Formats: sequence, C-alpha cells, structure tokens
Amino acid sequence: MYSLKHDEEVCATCPSPDCLLKCQYMDMDKEQAHEEIMKVVQGEDSLVLHKCMTCYGCEEYCRRGNHPYYLICEKREEKGILTAARPITNQWINMTSMQGKSMTGAIEEKALSCCLIPELKGLGRGRLFEDIAPSFIVGAEFMCPAVHTHFAKMSVVKDRLPKVLENYSALNVKEVVCLHDECYATFTSIAPAYGIEVPFEPIHYMDYLLEKLHVLKDEIQPLNVRAAYQRPCSNRLIPDKLHLVKEIMDLIGVDLMEREYQGENSLCCGEILRTISGYQLTDDVQKRNIDDMAASGAEYSVFNCPFCQTTLSEKAIKAGLKPIHMIDLCKMAIGEKQGGAIK
Amino acid sequence: MSDILNSLVQIVGEKGVSNHPEEIWFYSRDPGTLEPHEPDFVVAPRRVDEVRDIVKFAYEKSIPLVPMGNGMALTGLVRPLKGGIVMDMKRMNKILEVNERGRYVVLEGGVSQGQLKAYLEDNYPHLRHSIPDAPPGTTIAANVALHGQGRLTQQYGFNSDMVTGLEVVLPTGEVCKVGSCSIGPYWFSKGPSLPDISGLFLGWLGATGVFTKVGLRLFPRKSLRDVEVFVTDRADLVEDIIYRLTHTEMIEDLTIWFQPKPMIFKDNYHINVYFTGDTEEEIEFKRKMIWDSLKVHMDSKDGGFMGVGAMKATFLEEPQRSIAAFADVPKGGGFEYSGPISPIEHFAKYTAKVYELAAKYNLLFAGTARVISGGHAMMYGISFAFNRADKEMMNNVKEALEEANEFTLEHGSIPWKPTVSEQQMTMNMMDPNTLKIMKMIKKNLDPKGIMNPGNWEVS
Amino acid sequence: MEPMRTIEHGNLVHRCFRCGYCKFPSDYVDFNCPSYKAAAFDTYSSGGRMWLIRAWLNNEIKTGPRFADILYSCVACGNCTEQCVYPGFKDHLLDIFEEAKGELVGEGLIPPTVRDYFKAITVNGNPYKLPQNERGKWAEGINIEEYSDQDYLFYVGCVGSYDEVGMHMARNVGTVLKESGLSVGILGSGESCDGNEVKILGETGLFLKLAEDNIRQFNELGVKKIITLDPHAMNTFKKYYPEQGGRYQIYHYTEILDRLIRDKQIIPVENRITVTYHDPCYLGRHHHIYKSPRSVLKSIPGLELVEMRRNGVDAFCCGGGGGNFFTDINGSGEESPSRVRIREALDTGASIVAVACPQCAKMLTDAVKAEEMEGTLVVKDVAEILRESI
Repeated sequence: MYSLKHDEEVCATCPSPDCLLKCQYMDMDKEQAHEEIMKVVQGEDSLVLHKCMTCYGCEEYCRRGNHPYYLICEKREEKGILTAARPITNQWINMTSMQGKSMTGAIEEKALSCCLIPELKGLGRGRLFEDIAPSFIVGAEFMCPAVHTHFAKMSVVKDRLPKVLENYSALNVKEVVCLHDECYATFTSIAPAYGIEVPFEPIHYMDYLLEKLHVLKDEIQPLNVRAAYQRPCSNRLIPDKLHLVKEIMDLIGVDLMEREYQGENSLCCGEILRTISGYQLTDDVQKRNIDDMAASGAEYSVFNCPFCQTTLSEKAIKAGLKPIHMIDLCKMAIGEKQGGAIK
Repeated sequence: MSDILNSLVQIVGEKGVSNHPEEIWFYSRDPGTLEPHEPDFVVAPRRVDEVRDIVKFAYEKSIPLVPMGNGMALTGLVRPLKGGIVMDMKRMNKILEVNERGRYVVLEGGVSQGQLKAYLEDNYPHLRHSIPDAPPGTTIAANVALHGQGRLTQQYGFNSDMVTGLEVVLPTGEVCKVGSCSIGPYWFSKGPSLPDISGLFLGWLGATGVFTKVGLRLFPRKSLRDVEVFVTDRADLVEDIIYRLTHTEMIEDLTIWFQPKPMIFKDNYHINVYFTGDTEEEIEFKRKMIWDSLKVHMDSKDGGFMGVGAMKATFLEEPQRSIAAFADVPKGGGFEYSGPISPIEHFAKYTAKVYELAAKYNLLFAGTARVISGGHAMMYGISFAFNRADKEMMNNVKEALEEANEFTLEHGSIPWKPTVSEQQMTMNMMDPNTLKIMKMIKKNLDPKGIMNPGNWEVS
Repeated sequence: MEPMRTIEHGNLVHRCFRCGYCKFPSDYVDFNCPSYKAAAFDTYSSGGRMWLIRAWLNNEIKTGPRFADILYSCVACGNCTEQCVYPGFKDHLLDIFEEAKGELVGEGLIPPTVRDYFKAITVNGNPYKLPQNERGKWAEGINIEEYSDQDYLFYVGCVGSYDEVGMHMARNVGTVLKESGLSVGILGSGESCDGNEVKILGETGLFLKLAEDNIRQFNELGVKKIITLDPHAMNTFKKYYPEQGGRYQIYHYTEILDRLIRDKQIIPVENRITVTYHDPCYLGRHHHIYKSPRSVLKSIPGLELVEMRRNGVDAFCCGGGGGNFFTDINGSGEESPSRVRIREALDTGASIVAVACPQCAKMLTDAVKAEEMEGTLVVKDVAEILRESI
C-alpha cells in the first residue's frame, strides 16, 4: 500500500500554519492552528478531525507542499471518524466501484477522459474536441477516486488509483486530456503525494481548450458577456491551473467578474457540505456564493465541475444567472450548440 | 353457448362481446405468475344499463361474472376461476362531475388513473387525486375495490378511504347507490352520517358487485413538489425514522425502498420523503423540518440525506414509470409482489425475510414500503422480477411469494389484494365470528355465488 | 403436427409486461392506440397483440381470422414505441408486429382486404386497380415536367396519384414547388408504388420487388434528391431503400417549403385563418419532423395555429397507417381513429385542419363527413393553405 509523503518536521517548524489559519470552516488563531495541526500530525485527536469540511482548501493554503488535507483524511480514517453518514460513504464506494461497464472509443495515443461522468462525453464533442473525441474514455475503471477523500476513505483512493492508472496503461495512451478537473488534480497532486507513478501525461482540459481556441481564433465571435466563475474544490489541488480561466474568458470575449469568493477564497458548491454537515452551513455557504455571483454583475455563472453545476444551477437561475459549463461557453463563442447535458 | 352469446350481443352489441380464442386466451391470465383460467365470454359494456342487464342475465343463468379494470393486480384477481363472463369495464370511462369546492369527483367505473390525472391537470389545476404508481391504465374503481394506495395515502389513508360514494350493480342486478348520493344529488360522503354500507363492497375484490360509478375525494395540488431521500444501512432504524418523519405532519408521501442493483443502492434503505408547497419559503421550511426530525440519526452517522440529482425527476413522476420497468430487470417482462398491510414495527423482520428468500430462490428482488395514514401501518412490498420465458424462475417467484405471505400473515399482517390461496390462509386465521359476518354478507348479496367466484369465498 | 413458427425478434416477445403504458400518450389524457380505441378489448392494444403473438408462436392459439384482424388492426403509428418503458425492447415493437404479419402472409391466412391490396399492387401496380397510364393525371394542367436532370424528383405515390383527395394535394404541392422556381420533375405515368404499406402488411417479397424496380429506375435517371408527398413513402425511402442499395437525399415536401420560405423564395401574404395541425405519424413519431410543417403555417401572417390536445409526439393517428388506409380493419364507427381525431380538432375552435400526408387528408376528410361537420371544419394540406396565402 502506498503511503503519504508527509514530513512532520515541516509542520513542526512551520512559521505560519495557513492550512488551518485560512480555513473557511474553522476559526482559530496562529497558536491554536499550530497546536491542532501538530495533534493531527502526531496522531492525536484534534477538533480538525471532526470539523474539517473537506473543501481541499488547506492543500492550497499550505505553502510548503506538506499535504495537510491528505493527512487529515488519513488520520480520520485511522481513527474511524466518518465525515458523512456511513451509508452515504458506502454508497459512494459502491457506486464508483469497477464493474466492467466502462466505455472506450477508438483509443489513440491521446485520449479524452470523461471520468465516470457521462455528461462530460456530451461536452467533449464538437469542433473543439474533434481530434480527440473519438478517443474517449468513460467509466469507473478510469475514474479518479479523489471523491473518497471527502469521506475520509484514503484506503479506497490508494487501492483504486493504481488500478485506474493500470487501466490507462493497458490502453497505451501517452497523453490524457482530463475533462474532469478532479481527474487532472488526482493525477498531478494525489498520485505524486503518494509516490504513485502516472504512466501518461495528464493534460488539463483548459490547457487543451486554450490551444484549440488559438487555432480557431478567427472563428471566435466575442461573446461580450459578464461571467462569475465557480471554482471547484479539486482546483485547490492544482492552483497553477487557476490562471487558465481568465485566459480562456479573455479569448472568447467574456468579462470575468471580480468577486469576493474567488481564488483562494472560493466557496464550495455545497453538495459535499450538505452531505457532511447538513443544511444550515450549506444554505449559508450557497447563499453567500450565489449572492456574491449576482452582486458581481455577472450574467452567467460559469462552471468547471459538472457536480458544482448540478448543485448550483437551480439557485443560480433563481438569482437571475445563467449557469453554463466553461466548455459550452467556448462552444457558444465559435457558434456551436451547447452540450446541454448537465442539468 | 350461442344463446348466451346472442343474449350478450343483444345487450352490448356485436363489437362488445367476444368468445374468440384470442380474447379467451388473453382474459384468462394476468401478468403475474398464477395459472390461467379461461372465461367463456368477454364483454365490454359502455353504460350502466348494459352492466345491469349483463349482471341480471348472468344471475338468471347462474353464470359466473368477473368485473375487470386493467387487470394489473398481478395476483390473479380477475382470472375467471370458474369460467363464465369477464366484464372489461374500461369502455365506461366518463368523468361525470367535479365538485371543485367540495373537492370530489364522480366518475364511471372504467376511468383510469392516468385519465383522471390528465383531466384534473387540464381542468382543475388546483386539485389532484391519490394516484398509485401502478401503470396509468389501472382503473379508479378497481383500485378502491382492492384497497389500493397512492401518492396521498400517507396523508389521507387508503384510496378506498377516499371514496365518497358508490353506484354498484348488485349480483342480483339491482343498481344500488351508497352514501349521500343515495338520498340526493351530492356525492360527498360514502357513509357518515348514515350507516356505512360501503364496506359491503370496498375490499371485496368485485365479489359483491360491480362498481359502475365512484365518488372520490380530491385534494389540494400545491404548485411545488419536492423529494428528499434519507439513506440508512440499518433496517432496524427504519421504524424510528418513519416515526420521526410522520411526526412533522408535513409529508405528502413516504416510501421506503431497497434493492441490490445498481450498485449505488446496494445494502442501503432509501426513505423517499415527498413534500409540497405553494412557495419556495414553504418548501424550504418543510425541508428543514424534515432534516431536523432525523438529526439524531445523522449525528450518529447511521443515516443521511443523499444527493438526489438526476434521480429527482424519476422520483417525482406520477405514476413512476420505473416501477413497471422493474419487470425488465431480468429481461423477461415480469414481476410479482406480495404487499401485506403491516405494522411498521415489522420492517426489519420482513426485510431480513426478503434477503433470505431472494438468496434461497436465487431471485432479483426489490423491497418497497409505503406508509399509510401518518404512520398507522405500511404496505410492505416484496417484489421479485422474473423472466417470463423461464418457467423455473417463475415458479421460484411463486414459491418465494407464498412463503413470504405465510411469514407475514404469521406476524399479524393482512395480505393486500390477496391471491385466492392468501384469502384462504387469511380466513383460516380469522376470528370465526368475523368470518360468519363475511359469509352472511356474501350469501345475502350474491346468493348464487356468481360474482368473481373463488374470491373471499367462505367455505 | 403444429407449425413451428419463428420470427426475427421472437426472442424479445416475452419481455412485454402488458403494463399498458403503450396505450397512452405521455400525459395519459386518453387512449392513444388507435386500434385499441376503436375496439373494445385489450387484445387490440400493443400489449395484447404482443402477448397473443407469443401465444401463437408457442402454439397456444391458432392462426385464425380474429388473430389476423388483431394484427392487421395495428396502424403502425409508433405511439407504443414512444411510450413503452423497456429500452431495447420498445424499438422492436413494430418490427415484431410486421414479422408476425409476414408469417401470416406466408401461411396465406390474411384478411380479405389485405389480400385484395396485395393483389391489386401485384396486378395493377396500385391499390386502386387503375391503369398505370393514369398515374400522372394529377399533374395535368400544372406544368410540371417529367424528371430528367432536375435537382429534385417529386415522388407522389399511389394515394397522390389516384385518390381524389390525394391528387388535389399533389397538385397543390406540385404547383407551389414549381412556382417557387425549384428545379423539380416528376415521374408521371412512369412512377411505381413505393411499397411502404406492402412492407408493413408483411409482404416482404413484393416489397423487395417494388424497391428494386424503383431503385433501378431512380438510378437510371440519376436521381439524387427526392421530395415525397407522402410521409409513408419518405419512411420507406429513408429506412428501407438504403439497405437495397437505394441511397438518396429524402425530404418531405414540408421541409422543402419551410426552406423555400426561409430563403424568401416563397413569401406568404396575410391570411386570417385559424388552423390546427395534425401530425402524420410517419412524419412525426417515425421521423421526428414536427417543426417544418408548423414553421410553414406560422410563416403566414395572420394565421393562428392552435394545437390539438394531443399533438407532436403525442398526436393521435388518423387511423390510416399500417395499410389500414386501404384495408380498413378498424372500420368507420364512432370510435374510429379518424372520427375521434376530427372531434379533437373541432375542440380547438379551428376552422381548418392542416395535414401533411395524403392518407391523413383522405381519412380526415371522410371523418368530417361522417361527423357531419362539413360546414364547420375543412381539411387542407399545408401546401394548399400556403398556396392560398401567396
């Protein structure tokens, strides 16, 4: 079994325990933050193990790459602390289990991964994806298991990720364009954190889009609309990809609105909060999030993650916003129909 | 035989009668597992006078007569066990009156659930009826005749409790009105404050008369409807979960279901909590009350509300098409279930039995339950899917259901829409004086024993 | 020895649960299976038919006139395939019915009207038993040329060629197409039956012969694009001709009219009328063409389009499909599909029922008479309405 590359000393000598100091769900001063993270590190009980909402934020806040989020998940599991209800935890484990139902297209060296989200297959069509759409992959055998971190089931992650990578290997793919932000994050953050080798080059779909849009530049009709971006939790694991949103929006003539909850201060869509904490916190977070989008002057709320989109769409519509996936926005800019599968 | 045919043709016309082998074959069976019994004739009347004349004729000639709606009970209730005439009521499908302020409808005995739903949506968008999840062709009259349930059963009881009046053609041919409609033009009460004689007909599975008209309560249709799904892996907690949820008095419908496939549903019990509102505020308030009611189980991590996502549309559909789709799980066009009306406290016990039977007979199962009347009882459905082309599997389903029925009866449950053998088992356990009353009723109403013979037949 | 029968999709037949969703439209407002609506018994619904086919394949019932009547009462409207809840099975309902009819044809035990239809097609090349040289009569006086090398072939079909109502419709469509400046020609007396009804009635051999002859003729003439008057012909050209080697671009005339209007080659003028549109099954449910005919009607200034209670995917068939236009198994009683449909049209308050199929046109025109509504309601095809608005 793979183990987490975590250096106790790095935490012990941390000058600013931002992992907890910046946490959006726990309020503590520097001293307490240090104390609590050290309890976690040393395997003691800590309020962190009970209060963490699994937003992935600490993984981004930690400037020293010491993987506080994965550590918290590990320690929770060691102590048998459930984040969500046991039946919900198991429901996720069961529904994402490999049952031999995956589908693959005509696989070439470069493949298009749709994770276990059939809607992504709809999004990954059209001119933007015409080169790689036939080489699609969708199904549990190729799904990033990062979702199980929300349920403190790192054992599932460690068990399944190598198998997922083996499955990719068997297809002889050299490059994989990940339509799910979390897949890319899993391959480039979780895998190295556990010393798991990724046998192909993962490509974030936004990198791919950017390149494609440059090729199709002459066909882009600037959309001239204002949009607020909903950053998903997985994007916290790959902060180096955050800039792509602005670059894509600029290219298609979308004004990306400044808002309070952006970048490091992004808010969770609420689906996992609802599962872990109940409706009070969820309602509060979702309200702040949507109100903030609306107050930014945006016409569209732009999503990166299909789950965020499903969770927030209805609320966004009620606030007068038009929810749309980033890929669909790009399709609009080149005069194509939207994928339209995500509701 | 041709005399009978001619007489029936005289009553309903040539098109309305058949003794062709095709109709004889078809009307001898239902989609369940029970063996067929052939009728001699099938008739399809259009009017009350035709029903009356058919019944009078059958009575005079002592010909068994089985009234039939859509024939979807799955327990063989419209198989003519002693031959005779099957009377398909579906051509009597007029909706006669809606009293909007009094919130009731009067309709003919062949009106289907789907038809009434569409009619109300078109003409009375603020009213609805308690639609079951059976296919839309099932008739209102047959549903109340067998104490069916529907979307509003949690709130208002069995669909038969919602009857506000009946017009029944008695086995001797008289047309009899039951309730307020027997003394005037209004159909608001099936009994009170008169002696309630609707019990002579409701639940008798057509063995005491043919329903030609039914008055039925309608209920407010709120503009918004939503569902939350609570999940637990502990069958023993379901009883408490139901108790807490029904305490809120805010729930439209409460159904519990479990099934082994697909994997997302494995090992868990799903409690669908339906609620309605006229405003977002009302809906959100109810949602919070529902969540709060189960806090203790969420805190213990024994249960939680799952994300419903794309499944919501399926859950909110009326009727829920996916119920019929269960028949296709073994790619074979069939399922049958036993649905005892049971004390809620038996949920865990019955559930263990479902797993035991599924393993013993190697069957695909789905367990369901619907809470009745705010938590006084539940319909506990034990469903097994089968492949109609696989005789052994069908036989296994039959045997498993017989075992299930025996088990639930032993635990004090009442079989719902019971097969003839379940009726016999039930009557064997019944208080002798109760049985005596049933016998008196049947004997007096149907002296020649022509109506759906074999059903509720006290020996 | 009982005959052993097999049909291609016989391994699916047992999957029907006879739940009855197939009888209804998506909102259950009324029975939407025309043969069931017309008959009194469940045997005449898709589920009943399916169960009887299974019994028949298992030798539990024998071939007989009633069974044949039940099979041939199906109008192939496709409502059942839309509404059946069983994926993988629902797509083959009509195939199974057709295959069973094919077996009956093989056994020679078909209703007399079906037999007469086959005979007329075989002997006369059309169901009306009229001479071949009269096929082109509909086009007399409208100045539409024989097909040579025009962009489009306008294929009219048997009903448009010989039936009075159909010919009227063909003339209207032909005139509008011609006057729009479209490059279009016809086969006139050289046209043959498309075979759609022959196929659905189960005479596969005859169908193949008709298809082969037509394909040979189309190919010899260099036909690339075909406009059909009749959605039934469109259906067979699109679905079945390609597998016999006949690959063409097939359009229904309403699609072409829609495009001509959008391209401003036809400019409608004001016509203050209230119209309801009846979706032909072979245009709507079978090929999902719901918008084109409506767009044509809506392009007419002043025209108010009012929908019937059942429309689009839920439209109730006129009863003429599946060969019933010719064989009339469902009869013309009060509950016959065309009369039910006309009463539904009347409920809209429209004075015109627009149609886009010559078979619907005829069925509904007759139903207007049977319902004694001649002064209230008139049946016109989309092209005729457009022609009156140019």
